[in-house]
This record gives sequence, C-alpha cells and structure tokens, in this order.
Amino acid sequence: MSDDIALSKALNAGLRKALADDPRVLLMGEDIGPLGGVFRVTEGLQAEFGVSRVFDTPLAESGIVGTAIGLAMRGYRPVCEIQFDGFIFPGFDQITTQLAKMTSRHEGRISMPVVIRVPYGGHIGAVEHHQESPEAYFAHTPGLRVVSPSTPNDAYWMIQEAIASNDPVLFFEPKSRYWNKGPVDFTANEAPLHSSRIVRTGTEVTLVGHGAMVNVLMQAAELAEAEGTSIEVIDLRSLSPIDYGPIVASVQKTGRLVVASEAPGFVSVSSEIAAAVTEKAFYSLEAPVLRVSSFDTPFPPAKLETTYLPDADRILEAVDRAMAY
Amino acid sequence: MAETAQMVQLLSTDGTIRTDDVSAEYLPIIEALPDDTLRQFYRDMVVTRRFDLEATNLQRQGQLALWPPSHGQEAAQVGSARAARRQDHIFPSYREHAVGMIRGVDVVDIVRLMRGVTNGGWDPAERNNFHLYTLVLGSQVLHATGYAMGIALDGDSGTGDPQTDQAVMTYFGDGATSQGDVSEALVFAASFNTPEVFFLQNNHWAISVPVKVQSPIPLYIRPSGFGIPGIQIDGNDVLASYAVTRKNLDEARAGAGPRMIEALTYRIGAHTTSDDPTKYRMDAETASWVAKDPIERYVRFLRSRGETDAYFASVAVEAEDFAADLRRRTLELGKPTVDLIFDNVYSEPHPVMDEQKRWLADYESSLATELGAQA
Repeated sequence: MSDDIALSKALNAGLRKALADDPRVLLMGEDIGPLGGVFRVTEGLQAEFGVSRVFDTPLAESGIVGTAIGLAMRGYRPVCEIQFDGFIFPGFDQITTQLAKMTSRHEGRISMPVVIRVPYGGHIGAVEHHQESPEAYFAHTPGLRVVSPSTPNDAYWMIQEAIASNDPVLFFEPKSRYWNKGPVDFTANEAPLHSSRIVRTGTEVTLVGHGAMVNVLMQAAELAEAEGTSIEVIDLRSLSPIDYGPIVASVQKTGRLVVASEAPGFVSVSSEIAAAVTEKAFYSLEAPVLRVSSFDTPFPPAKLETTYLPDADRILEAVDRAMAY
Repeated sequence: MAETAQMVQLLSTDGTIRTDDVSAEYLPIIEALPDDTLRQFYRDMVVTRRFDLEATNLQRQGQLALWPPSHGQEAAQVGSARAARRQDHIFPSYREHAVGMIRGVDVVDIVRLMRGVTNGGWDPAERNNFHLYTLVLGSQVLHATGYAMGIALDGDSGTGDPQTDQAVMTYFGDGATSQGDVSEALVFAASFNTPEVFFLQNNHWAISVPVKVQSPIPLYIRPSGFGIPGIQIDGNDVLASYAVTRKNLDEARAGAGPRMIEALTYRIGAHTTSDDPTKYRMDAETASWVAKDPIERYVRFLRSRGETDAYFASVAVEAEDFAADLRRRTLELGKPTVDLIFDNVYSEPHPVMDEQKRWLADYESSLATELGAQA
C-alpha cells in the first residue's frame, strides 16, 4: 500500500496508467487540458501525453458523447469528462439512444468502449445543477454499465477497469470525496469492477450504499455499535449490474437491510435493490427493506443540503425502525 | 427554401448541359467520366425508384412496419454516393436507399430493418463502410464527425493521396438541421478540421412541416457561421451531385477541412407510409417538382448522347427483376430467434442477460410441457 493519497489524485494516477498502457485511450471533455479539469482530475495529463490524446472539446455534452461514439467506432477508447452531474442531460440522448444501443444494433459486430466520467452528488455547497445524483437514469438503460468508487484505491483500479471494458461505462465520481485520502495498492487489484464488497462486518443490520454514502454508512455503523447494535456495511461499487451475492448473504445473516443513497428515492437504484432483495431473501428478512434517500424534490439551495441529504442520524433512524420489527 | 443564383446545376431539366460560370468549375469532372459511369448513374436511379416502389407496396400489403420512400431524391443520392471513394465512410440517416445499394448493402437488409426483423441490418465493414441507418434525427452526424476526428488522429487523411486518404460523408435532411446534434457536429468538425462532407438533402418537408419553419435563410448559408463552407446544388441533377461531392470530398480528404452540400430536392412521396401528404401539401407544388424529375431529365441527356430505346428497356427489365427478387426474398424472411433479444446488448458477459435469457428458456419450455400434457 502507498501513503495516503486523495481520491482525485488516485483517479489521475489511474487515468495516467490507462493512457500509458493503451495508445488508443483518449481523454476528452471541457477544461480537461491545461486546466486539468475543474476538479483537477486530469491535471498534467495533457502535458504528459499531448493534445492528440488529452484534449479540450467544445462546450457541448451531446457533441462530446456523440463524437466519442464515432471515435470508438474508429477503434479508440474515449474517456469523456462531464463537468458536473447536472450537465449530463444535454448528452442524455446520445448516451441512451445511441451509445447504449450501438453494440446491440450492430448485433455484436462492434463494441463501444466509452467511459463517461461524472462528478456527482452534494456536500460541497454548490449552486444548482452541481450536486445531483442521476445514476438511476443510466442504471435503468440496458446496454450501459454504471459504477461508482468510494475510496482512492477503488478509484485507481475501477477507472482502469472501466476503460478496459468493451462496454460503455458511466463512472460516477463522488465529488465530495475527491479530497479525502486513503492508501492505494498500486501493485494488485483485489476486486472485479462489478463486485460489491463488505467493508464492515456485523450481525444485526446490513447497510448498503455507494460512493460518498459509504462513508456516511460507516459513521452510522460506529454510532450504532456504541449503542449496542452490530452493523454490516456493503459498498455497492457497481450500480449496473448489481452484485447481489454479498448483499443476499449478508441479509441472510442479519435479516435487516437499509439501502441509502443521495438520490431521490422514487424509482431509484435503492428501490430496485429493495425489490430484488425481497424476492431473493424473503424468508431471511425480519423487517421490510428500508430506504434512506434524499427527498423526492429538486436538490434545494445548498444552505439546505445537510437537511436534504441523508446523514448518519437518518441512517440510524432507519436502523432503529428495522430493529423494532 | 428556393434555389439561389449560387445553386450548381450542370444538367438542365430539358436534359442539356449548362455552360455558365457556376457550372464551368465542375464540368471537367463530368467530361472525364467514361460512358459506362454515366450509364451507371441511370441504372442506379431507375433501380432505386423501382425497388422503392416495391418496398412501399410491400408496406401497404402489410409486409413491412414502415417504409420511408426515396422517390424524387435519387439524383442527390446516386451522384453523391458514386462520388465517394471505396475507403470513405458513410453515415446515413434512414432514407438513403440508393447510397446503401451503391455501397454494397443488400436492399433486403434495409427491408429487414423496416419489417422488424433487425434493429441493424448489415455489417458496415462488409458494405464499404456504409454505416447503419439512424432513426433519431441528426444523431449520426455526430458519430460521423467523431469518426472523422479518428481518421485525422490516425493520419489517414491529408497525406495528399486521394487513393488512400479517407473521408467521411454524412447524410441528413432539412428537418434534422434544426437538431442540436447537427449544430454541435458542425462546431466539432470546424474545431478539429475533420475530413468530412455534410450532405444535406433538403427535400423541403419534415413530415408535414415545410423547410421555412426550419430556416428563414437558405440552409447552405448556415454552415458559414460555423466556419464551414456551404454550397447549394440542384439535388435533382445527378451530374451536379456527383461533381460537387467529388470535388468537396477530395478537398476534405486532402486536409482542407469540412464542407456542407445542400442538395435541393423533393420528397415526391409521403414521409413514410404512415404519412398522408394530401393533408398539408399543395398538388401544384408537388407537380412543379415532378416536372424537375431527376430521371426524366437524365433520360433526355442520355438520348442526346445516343442511347437507344433498347438500352432504356434493358434497364427497365433489370429494375423489374430487382424488385421481384426483393419481393420474393422479403416474403421469405423468417422471424428472428429470441436470442436476438439478449445477445449483444453487451459485448462482455452480463449476469442479468444470462439470468433473463435462462428464465425465458425455462418459461417457454414449461409452456411447451404444459401444452404437451394437455394434448
């Protein structure tokens, strides 16, 4: 393991490794060149690999995704940066009607190795359209893969695995965790891209979440432990497909599941997990699967985000409800 | 949008060659063509019109879900398609039947798409880089631009050798020009200096909406605002379509940057077989375009060069045979297997595809067992 490095630096290292390993990998997006991206994730990469490998695009998300599709047809492996979660929607048509269906329409004759990196989520006090969690739109779309790292180590490895995938991958980066540091094992990768992982073992309630929520779940687990409740925490890592093995095994042990997300709960990835676990582990459940989500409203002005976004107390409230059954 | 004084026309509606300042630049390209090539243009247009009619009839008879007729647009398509070189990549919309045929697509594969047998139809790599039809208007224009960016990155354009330098041509209509994707593609193309020709078939109607709703100015002017030269041609003149496309594609492949061609033509038929143009179009307008028919004027041109009734009759027979063969093979098309639902949604193994495919197989075999027990 390395010294602790920030998640954004780990992503930068992962992108650098991918660029060095495969000359067909390209980075494209707004402000990713000399500036290094508004979050500095691509800092220094244009200087190192040149403007033909790492380049600024016109300010047009549909154009970024649409031309990435053409580049992938040509044999490139484009990695697109969407500057903020709320700005992905001008590219939504190209992602859902074109990118997601291209391999299927070609009956497997071509693949679409396109990665779309999206800084997502709240907790940074940002203005409107800069704090959203739109993962469910993409998880709902057949043909796409959707992943989200929560640690620097996962960020380093998952971005490389996403780039190596021959399918399109939506890569949701928890922007509130960009500056959090952790160790990275640069020598070996422990987990496949689409695996979920137990990050804390416990016996009474299972908590599941992804990205920045994992840290909130860990805080909640420690608080619950102090109150005498044993919590297991699972980092989802992949939102499509979902690796249910560890989740179902955990629920068979604990009998209780709380799924948490920064996204609104209605028709969410959390809803899907709740339904699926109810089908897969009905006789193990001691309580209904509970969801802890943001409210089904637009993201409020930032001064209200700590009320809008689930925190450890909201998680614990759900833990208490689950324990009360 | 009406024609302008800048419109390139080489062949008048009466079938005579125009000799004026506008045409002078392009006539040498036509004069260099062998007779066989000039005859090929005719064959392409006549066969296209005939199989297009056959496909329209097949839809009326319930054999196809939909058919977007190309009647009236044959010259724009044939001339431009014949101007492309073998190594070029073509990104069509969904009405470029003549272009597909010329690039080697089996027309029954277009019919398979419109019949609901496939969502694709052919392998572009085996069809001289004629990419799949795209039904979301304008989407393919961005793919074309990205592909052209890749050609430039690979150094496969701009070397100065027209036999190997590659270019991209993308087709779209007057309606699609209002899509943001077309404007974004023009922005990207200009910024990355792509080897690319944007070929706009202005057939004057986006289903029921006239082109004046899409643009108050002639559409060939629009790309100039993006830093891309635009040129207007008589899209019902196969010679203008060929010569202007040839010149612009060769300039683009040589590294001179993207261009747009606006081919003025007319959708003589309906938008698709689901449409009823009598509700929104004046008969007189359609009649004025029938008078500018691309095939009729080309017949006059070929006759003036000595082609005989026997030649025209032989092409007519070939077109009839082509259409009959298309009908026969369409009626023979089977239903795809259910594997098509699941296979190739992803390039790599996917647990949900495996699970749902297995579930469906079990479900169907359980139904078969149940039916067997009842029998």
